[in-house]
Amino acid sequence: MTIKQTFHKLGSPRSFDRLASILIPWFLSISVLLFATGLYGGLVYAPADYQQGDSFRIIYVHVPAAWMSMFCYVLLAASGAVTLIWRMKLADVVARAIAPLGASFTFIALFTGSIWGKPMWGTYWVWDARLTSELILLFLYFGFMALQAAIDDRKNAAKAGALLALVGVINLPIIHFSVEWWNTLHQGATVTKFDSPSIATSMLIPLLIMFAAFKTYFFAIMLIRARAELLWSERKAKWVCEHPEVRQ
Amino acid sequence: MWKHFTIVVGRDLRIAFRNPGDFLNPLMFFVIITCLFPLGIGSSPQQLAEVAPGIVWVTALLSTLLGLEGLFKQDFEDGSLEQLCLAPTPLSLLAFGKITAHWLIYGLPIVIMSPLIGVLLHLDSQAFVTLVLSLLLGTPSLSLIGAIGVGLTAGLRRGGVLLTLLILPLYIPILIFGASAIQSAALGFDATGQLYILSSLLVLSLITTPFATAAAIRITIN
Repeated sequence: MTIKQTFHKLGSPRSFDRLASILIPWFLSISVLLFATGLYGGLVYAPADYQQGDSFRIIYVHVPAAWMSMFCYVLLAASGAVTLIWRMKLADVVARAIAPLGASFTFIALFTGSIWGKPMWGTYWVWDARLTSELILLFLYFGFMALQAAIDDRKNAAKAGALLALVGVINLPIIHFSVEWWNTLHQGATVTKFDSPSIATSMLIPLLIMFAAFKTYFFAIMLIRARAELLWSERKAKWVCEHPEVRQ
Repeated sequence: MWKHFTIVVGRDLRIAFRNPGDFLNPLMFFVIITCLFPLGIGSSPQQLAEVAPGIVWVTALLSTLLGLEGLFKQDFEDGSLEQLCLAPTPLSLLAFGKITAHWLIYGLPIVIMSPLIGVLLHLDSQAFVTLVLSLLLGTPSLSLIGAIGVGLTAGLRRGGVLLTLLILPLYIPILIFGASAIQSAALGFDATGQLYILSSLLVLSLITTPFATAAAIRITIN
């Protein structure tokens, strides 16, 4: 089978539905397993930090969430590009599934960061470069979701959202670097402990496991959401009416 | 081709001058909002001078947004936007014409008015040239970037608030460098670095946003 055929096959709602229904249980169970090991490793196995004590353990949620927040936006823009270039309906379904997930990851990163910041920095919020760009990322997600919600016509909403996501992804590095520059000018680097790559292996391994857990969790939930979205938008199609899991 | 560009600019300027209220209102908004800050923060000249760069830029940003909302709205409603799409001239060029006219109507008056605001906010006099220059280089980018959002929301009933939500995050780099240029100049430092970055952002938006705006208009018209 050529690449083009695979592409076409994957793009058809029906085969996507079938593929997703096979993949979802796998992703879910792997994610549960990884979460269990990662959390055990992070909360029990990893030694306490010599400076921050046990409160550093929040990085096992915070850092993967922050990574995922950026990954999701790139994926959102990529599916936007597919929507605009190949007019693939599936890409829009995936984009719609990604956006709220990405926004949640961004929120989790901000929230966990702020409850960690209170004992460590003595304040819930500092206008640190990273925090600020993460906050702006959250606004970009909100903008995308608001635009999608405001346009009634599905096809137009898909294209408009795709364009916005592409503009956003071009702007994201510019925003990031300008915020970094702004911060260094205004106040010296407050706390950049995460910047030093000197993290002990016993702390790093659970972090990487947690990252894999977040990623598999994301794919599982994204596929579930995309599948539901697809079944709803194709609800008049014959294959959906005959779908064993669909109740009429 | 450039003839069509000038025709679009001329048309929009003519329409604006027949309804002076349209372009005077955002300018009044700009002045009134800046006057609210001393009332809210306190009238100490030192304090005002400290926050003046940020105030000038944030209000410039908001008044640009206020003017932007109508950029394609009327043309969308009376169908002339559709005609622009059908014209053999590239839509990106025509959109660029409309953006240029928009900046001349809304952006330029802000730039001209800004020294007055500087006086009201007790900005250090050595920063005045930088104030005008930074706005001169920054506000066109605001119009250009904003036009993408306007193109996407022109067909929506309550596009105004949505527009701010879409566009304001994208304005942050310009706000940062614009305000910091004035701040540096007020403290007696060299601000050429920030002005160079503002110019490069302007060049980047000049060469990319007309195409994105054209794509956005086509989505809306569809």
